[in-house]
Amino acid sequence: MAPESDGRRLPAPFLTAGTSSFSDFLDMAAPTLQPARLGVAGGMPSGGPDLPHGTTIVAAICADGVVMAGDRRATAGNMISQRDIEKVFRTDEFSCIGIAGVAGIGIDLVRLYQVELEHYEKLEGRTLSLEGKANRLAGLVRANLMGAMQGLVVVPLFAGYDEDREHGRIFAYDVAGGRYEEHKFHSIGSGSVFARGSLKKLYRDDMSVADTVMACMQALYDAADDDSATGGPDVTRRIYPVVASITADGFTRLSDEEAGTYAQAVVDGRMRRPDGPTAPLREPAT
Amino acid sequence: MPFYVSPEQAMKDKADFARKAITRARSGVVIDCDAGILLVSPNSSRALHKFSELYDRIAFAAAGRYNEFERLRQAGVRYADLTGYQYDRQDVTARGLANWYAQLLGTIFTESVKPLEVEIVVAEVGASAELDQIYRITFDGTVSDEHHFLVMGGQTEQAAAVLKERYSEGMTLGGAMEVAIAALADQANGGGAEITGAQLEVALLDRSRSHRTFRRLTGARLDAVLAEARSAAPESPARESDTPESGTTESDTPESGTTESGTTDAG
Repeated sequence: MAPESDGRRLPAPFLTAGTSSFSDFLDMAAPTLQPARLGVAGGMPSGGPDLPHGTTIVAAICADGVVMAGDRRATAGNMISQRDIEKVFRTDEFSCIGIAGVAGIGIDLVRLYQVELEHYEKLEGRTLSLEGKANRLAGLVRANLMGAMQGLVVVPLFAGYDEDREHGRIFAYDVAGGRYEEHKFHSIGSGSVFARGSLKKLYRDDMSVADTVMACMQALYDAADDDSATGGPDVTRRIYPVVASITADGFTRLSDEEAGTYAQAVVDGRMRRPDGPTAPLREPAT
Repeated sequence: MPFYVSPEQAMKDKADFARKAITRARSGVVIDCDAGILLVSPNSSRALHKFSELYDRIAFAAAGRYNEFERLRQAGVRYADLTGYQYDRQDVTARGLANWYAQLLGTIFTESVKPLEVEIVVAEVGASAELDQIYRITFDGTVSDEHHFLVMGGQTEQAAAVLKERYSEGMTLGGAMEVAIAALADQANGGGAEITGAQLEVALLDRSRSHRTFRRLTGARLDAVLAEARSAAPESPARESDTPESGTTESDTPESGTTESGTTDAG
């Protein structure tokens, strides 16, 4: 009799995976679906081909939670490869992610992470704690280390609302999967140095969501002002930064109209003073 | 095997074995209404669920041996997430899952020493009631495409008769709940006192939600639906309006009643 055909064997990984992690299950059942895992010797030289890169993401904690915003430009070398790329994604009801680096791998990573969180929730019947989500993301970033060393760097910025602490939280990562919590604001990408300098002067503790969105918009504008790889608000095409807020009520992404209102306010202010609002030279004596 | 057993006899023995376990379980009702697909079953355990989410618009329901259908549920979630990840979310369908389960259960039935003592249902809510799908997969891999409602596990004839008589298309959520409780009445509480939320496991595939539609109805929300159900009962004719939470909800009753020990026979 012919050897037992594949169709008669039970799909073992589905029945016996013994893990609630979707990416671990992928390793067992379909490893080829993992986001580009490159580790082959003689891979691309550092710098790689002109793959589209994503660029400035900012996140800031506010009184009610946390706000994250990202610009819309993707560059490949010195060309703009996309004007309206989205780099800020909802990962679940109380968390979001912004990516900087190689867009293709970053988007794959986000997609895998979204399924990872949902998968855990369905199998276990509960959502992960925010710390757990941050740790899991660190694992996925770590898995891309080989690719990063060959120039295909992807770095996320993770923000969420911690329901236990009732506070927003921000986590930054390095390519080795190191995880660093930031307590006020943070920025990643090629324009991050400019955005961070801007937020240093504009940020205040316990701002409203609206004020925090405004601060983030100003920071992104300043990043676009000095970094060619970051896009400012495109008022002619009405393409504005993606802005998301997460509070106790969950994740909300500003509509194009709402984002446009904030962006227009920033632009109007810059018409009067191109470098943006000034910060007081000295703190008032309390 | 040291002696010969005819394949017919072996299959019949396996089938009888599985069927016996399933009829010993408590019944569950899956019923279609305007709000979506409602799933109701007596189950006083808060940790062990018979109804679960598989994907955006797809739910899993089971009767029989808990650890066996729990394993099937997990396998279904993995299959659904893998398909959705590999292709797209809208490419995950109840039909695909039902077929997959049928193959799985059929293989286990023929090749394993012991068949799985389970009966499972895969339900998908559509944009409108005509597009709702309910599939039943039995322990031997038989799939049937059900319409409007079904009873799973336990002594189904009595409950099915009640459903057949009382069901009508386009019922409200309260109306559907009332019919489901009527069908399950004898099993849920010995036919005595009124059913409380604590004795039931209730879930809904909510047609009006976008993305993930599966919702468990518990606590105050469940009490509100039970109150709607009571007001929709035949004694108060044609009062299927959405009454606000009445003052007589049993949200204050202590969570007593027979505590379900975590045995392998489901709720």
